Amino acid sequence: MTMANTTASQTEAPVFYLKEEHHPQNGTMLGFWLYLMSDCLIFAILFATHGVLGRNYAAGPAPVDLFDLELVAINTSMLLFSSITYGFAMLAMEKGSIKGTQTWLAITGLFGIAFVGLELYEFHHLWYIGATPMRSGFLSSFYTLVATHGLHVTFGIIWLVTLMVQVAKRGLIVENKRRLMCLSLFWHFLDVIWIGVFSVVYLLGVLG
Amino acid sequence: MFSNPDLLHFIFGRLSLESFPMFHEPILAVTFAGVVLGGIVVLGALTYFKLWGYLWREWITSIDHKKIGIMYIILALVMLLRGFADAIMMRAQQAIAFGDVAGYLPPDHYDQIFTAHGVIMIFFVAMPLVTGLMNFVVPLQIGARDVAFPFLNNFSFWMTTAGAITVMISLFVGEFAKTGWLAYPPLSDIVYSPGVGVDYYIWALQIAGVGTLLSGVNLIVTIVKMRAPGMSMMKMPVFTWTSLCTNILIVAAFPVLTAVLVLLSLDRYVGTNFFTNDLGGNAMMYVNLIWIWGHPEVYILILPAFGVFSEVVSTFCRKRLFGYSSMVYATIVITILSYLVWLHHFFTMGSGASVNAFFGITTMIISIPTGAKIFNWLFTMYKGRISFDVPMLWTMGFMLTFVIGGMTGVMLAVPPADFVLHNSLFLIAHFHNVIIGGVVFGMFAGIVYWFPKAFGYKLDPFWGKMSFWFWLVGFYFAFMPLYVLGLMGVTRRMNHFDDGSLQIWFIIAAFGAVLIAIGIASFLMSLVVSFIKREELRDETGDPWDARTLEWSTSSPPPAYNFAFTPVVHDLDAWADMKKRGYVRPTSGFLDIHMPKNTGAGAILAGMSLVLGFALIWHIWWLVAVSFIALIGTAIAHTFNYNRDYHIPASEVVATEEERTALLAKQQA
Amino acid sequence: MLSKLARGVAIASVFTLLTGCNLVVMDPSGDIASQQADLIVVSTILMLIIILPVMALTVFFAWKYRQSNKDAEYDPEWHHSTKLEIVIWSAPLAIIIALGAITWVSTHTLDPYRPLDRIDAERPLEKDHKPMVVEVVSLDWKWLFIYPEQGIATINELAAPIDTPIQFKITSSGIMNSFYVPALAGMIYSMAGMETKLHAVINEEGVYDGFSANYSGEGFSHMRFKFHGLSDAGFDDWVARVKSDSATLGRSEYLELEKPSIAEPVHYFGNVDPELYTAILNMCVDQSKMCMNEMMHIDKNGGGGLAGIYNVMSLTYDTPRERGSQPLPLTESFVATLCTTPTGGLSQEISSIPLFENGSEDSRFSPVPASVSTGF
Repeated sequence: MTMANTTASQTEAPVFYLKEEHHPQNGTMLGFWLYLMSDCLIFAILFATHGVLGRNYAAGPAPVDLFDLELVAINTSMLLFSSITYGFAMLAMEKGSIKGTQTWLAITGLFGIAFVGLELYEFHHLWYIGATPMRSGFLSSFYTLVATHGLHVTFGIIWLVTLMVQVAKRGLIVENKRRLMCLSLFWHFLDVIWIGVFSVVYLLGVLG
Repeated sequence: MFSNPDLLHFIFGRLSLESFPMFHEPILAVTFAGVVLGGIVVLGALTYFKLWGYLWREWITSIDHKKIGIMYIILALVMLLRGFADAIMMRAQQAIAFGDVAGYLPPDHYDQIFTAHGVIMIFFVAMPLVTGLMNFVVPLQIGARDVAFPFLNNFSFWMTTAGAITVMISLFVGEFAKTGWLAYPPLSDIVYSPGVGVDYYIWALQIAGVGTLLSGVNLIVTIVKMRAPGMSMMKMPVFTWTSLCTNILIVAAFPVLTAVLVLLSLDRYVGTNFFTNDLGGNAMMYVNLIWIWGHPEVYILILPAFGVFSEVVSTFCRKRLFGYSSMVYATIVITILSYLVWLHHFFTMGSGASVNAFFGITTMIISIPTGAKIFNWLFTMYKGRISFDVPMLWTMGFMLTFVIGGMTGVMLAVPPADFVLHNSLFLIAHFHNVIIGGVVFGMFAGIVYWFPKAFGYKLDPFWGKMSFWFWLVGFYFAFMPLYVLGLMGVTRRMNHFDDGSLQIWFIIAAFGAVLIAIGIASFLMSLVVSFIKREELRDETGDPWDARTLEWSTSSPPPAYNFAFTPVVHDLDAWADMKKRGYVRPTSGFLDIHMPKNTGAGAILAGMSLVLGFALIWHIWWLVAVSFIALIGTAIAHTFNYNRDYHIPASEVVATEEERTALLAKQQA
Repeated sequence: MLSKLARGVAIASVFTLLTGCNLVVMDPSGDIASQQADLIVVSTILMLIIILPVMALTVFFAWKYRQSNKDAEYDPEWHHSTKLEIVIWSAPLAIIIALGAITWVSTHTLDPYRPLDRIDAERPLEKDHKPMVVEVVSLDWKWLFIYPEQGIATINELAAPIDTPIQFKITSSGIMNSFYVPALAGMIYSMAGMETKLHAVINEEGVYDGFSANYSGEGFSHMRFKFHGLSDAGFDDWVARVKSDSATLGRSEYLELEKPSIAEPVHYFGNVDPELYTAILNMCVDQSKMCMNEMMHIDKNGGGGLAGIYNVMSLTYDTPRERGSQPLPLTESFVATLCTTPTGGLSQEISSIPLFENGSEDSRFSPVPASVSTGF
């Protein structure tokens, strides 16, 4: 006690603790962003793998024999549109419109389903003509990269439906808004990855 | 019905009566009997003393970072016993298997043992020790109430445990990988390793990897977002700094491991051609990818140990750490450089001279910041008042031992020298020199240092010193002969030798392993003895070492909420500053404290992952489907629980704090 | 105190033991390995410049500033010194600059791919000397050495005349191994479908140990051989002895040989199919298989097209039912046809060849569906 008094008399007494409740910033967005970066690394590895194996056709078919760029372009536009509509969902959320949010989320989900559907159609076709992932290093890395992205979109759709249910049950409360923000990051992230897939795997594969 | 092989195969996948090696391997039969008996005793005791409810409520479902940290360390110590049992079996085999003597372990068994030893020691001993210590200490050091995502923390721990259990199951059901701890293809491809061993390896690491990655994210966010007011980055304790860098490395490295193991499992399960010899695969790609993870992993382990030494040195020299900012920059430089050196693990794979020389030189450059750190600890001792408590002994042992490992490491970084030393016992001696002399010594220093914080009493110094000396001397006996053997051209992973003149060295090494065994036993003794003598060793001040950082400002063990009031930081060594400038502990004005609630979801999800992993290993496809759907369903269901926190009422805080006030007063009187 | 004594005893006994043992890595018999050993010594000395003072200071400070020594200066606030910081960063930096320069130069001069420029320190070699070639194949779990110039092959025994530059061409039948003779030169990995190289010379007669230095499975510990450094006359005798063996190593004998075996005794082949090594390297000893170099040639020209989807059988190498099986009788080599075809007409050529006669029920091997087109 005496020491405290002497210090106080010499200088202003230092504050060593907060008298009110301390509320550190919420870290969810940072944490989710970090997760996305780690996910990005997984894709980076898959891209690198494709870079190494992408021309190992094992005397089998090459991209030019297999890919239909028109179909992939349609597929790409599905995903790009879904990103725009997700943007509209976020705008509606900011305005506090549950109905608007839900509608745009539903449209986003439909675009996502269309994307996954078209991808499955492509895979089915390739598989049917015998271009399976077992055929060559190129096909292994192609399927793995594209399907990993497709699985992400699929989980995104499941997550989106879950969130729609949660918004319907509880409305646009803070937690739900934060979750919608996270999914928004995730969804746009997948878009960016897809642009990489489209350019590196399909365009460079067929034209390069 | 039961004679129908198709049906049996559908139900049990690859699993059959032959999958249980304890029926035909005497060593495993004895081990299995021991484990069963031990298990019955433990489970019986838990039931008899009615501890199940307590365990579930207070530990298994706990989201308290302190309890999770302690559980990580318990997991690590349990796995240390397994990993060390493997080590001493290898030493025994190599000490006797010369000439006509084949030894007691056939290659089939021996190869599993050295693989399991490596995997367990890195993933299930070193990693949980590091993660556990960071979990326990970091929130306390930065003045936070918990980590950023307490539920994820619990989930991460149980995923790590599920991975460890997967490895342990392989001991009694099926086999473990016989490929070495990094499972290089083509050896690990399905053609050359058709059994379940590599699948155990893959799924154990994948399950544990989820936990590691999430805890990495968690701790980064905790450190970035939840520091006490006033604690700028350059006022963070060094251990927190090294934890931050380690977790950044985790987040930036573990996805690479996940990806490369996915590719390996696709090769094994689907028949893709990533790493095959034929059809356009490329096995060298695996070696590159796994080391892009593997090298940062080394620094993931050593950086927190560096952090511990920094805390310990300054505390026990009663002095501020010398060169704090150069310490921080050295850590950051190491973090970045650790990504630019991976190729030094395979200079002998035939890269060009310029590539090899580049990676050799980047590797040497890492020794500059590391050297700077050593000097910083050295000059912290200069003009200090050094008390040689057990944590300081470990630190001294580290400083003298680690430099030898550093030296041999730089030797191995010279590519032409590596051509003659690569894969030899010299290499084995080198990395045990840095991992035991660095990581293990660091973790023991940390455990002894923070033990009184966690439990309220110090560890018994006699058994602590015994443990230290046996480890230190045992280390030199066990690994110096391996340096010599390496220079005699002896390669690693051999289960038999022709040249009898080598034997004496292996016998010395085996003797060293026995000394280390006594060191481990002494450490366990120190836990037991200290528990018995806990009243004698009790610390009521909360600051038994007269230390310098915030965790020592609260009680030992700290209350669930860590700090009744969030501390405000003015200086680097916040607690030393508070003590110097006459901090007075607040005794009134307590408020309700907002805390997260316990949840069983983490343990349940990890349990399902364990079942999923087991089903995948044994190709039990129906169980794969069921457990996967259950896993996803449970995870989704968990997100519908919005009721995740509660308030500790002010009255309870008052009661806790008044108890401590009384204790402190009694002490002063 | 007791442990200090133990340590002293340990150190003393280490020295007595060291005099009695053969540190082959530090005292090798080949020029390359000698230079590598010198590098170990040089780098150790360079680092000891830092490490010995650090260790000495650690012990000295620990003793001087011990708690009980009240005479020692105590300055709890002393934590920074710019001068000292400069020293502790620049001293290791200086050492690493020196060592880095040595590393850069020595990595290039001792690059295993680089032809030798000297037999030993005194005897330089001209630039266009022709080394003796030895082709090395790691099998499960034994070593095959082919001497193309002598037309012989051995299992688990290697010999070379002293002071003669040797070029090793190294590959593997499947699993990665590492070819290592410590007395001769550093190691290099052997990998299937790939060739690594090692240039070396042995300067003293003698019998040296060689082995695989990369774990490769069950028989790894016994994957050892003796390397004989012989005089020129001695080497000629050895070659004559091997040549006198009636065994021939052709494709079918190789396919028999590559089946896994442990602790294989030394044996000789007086005759070797001169194309065998190239076939092993290209994973097409079995003549029904397409060779790697030909596959890569096709890939370079844009792959085998859609019709190439179904030639999997001729490419599969790793599967156990394929490994070591008898070569399939083929009247006309599919591969040869492929490679003499101009790239433009590949697909037609492929589809006209009856590839699928040995097809299984697996749909991968069934003929191309008629409706296949490149579009969707």
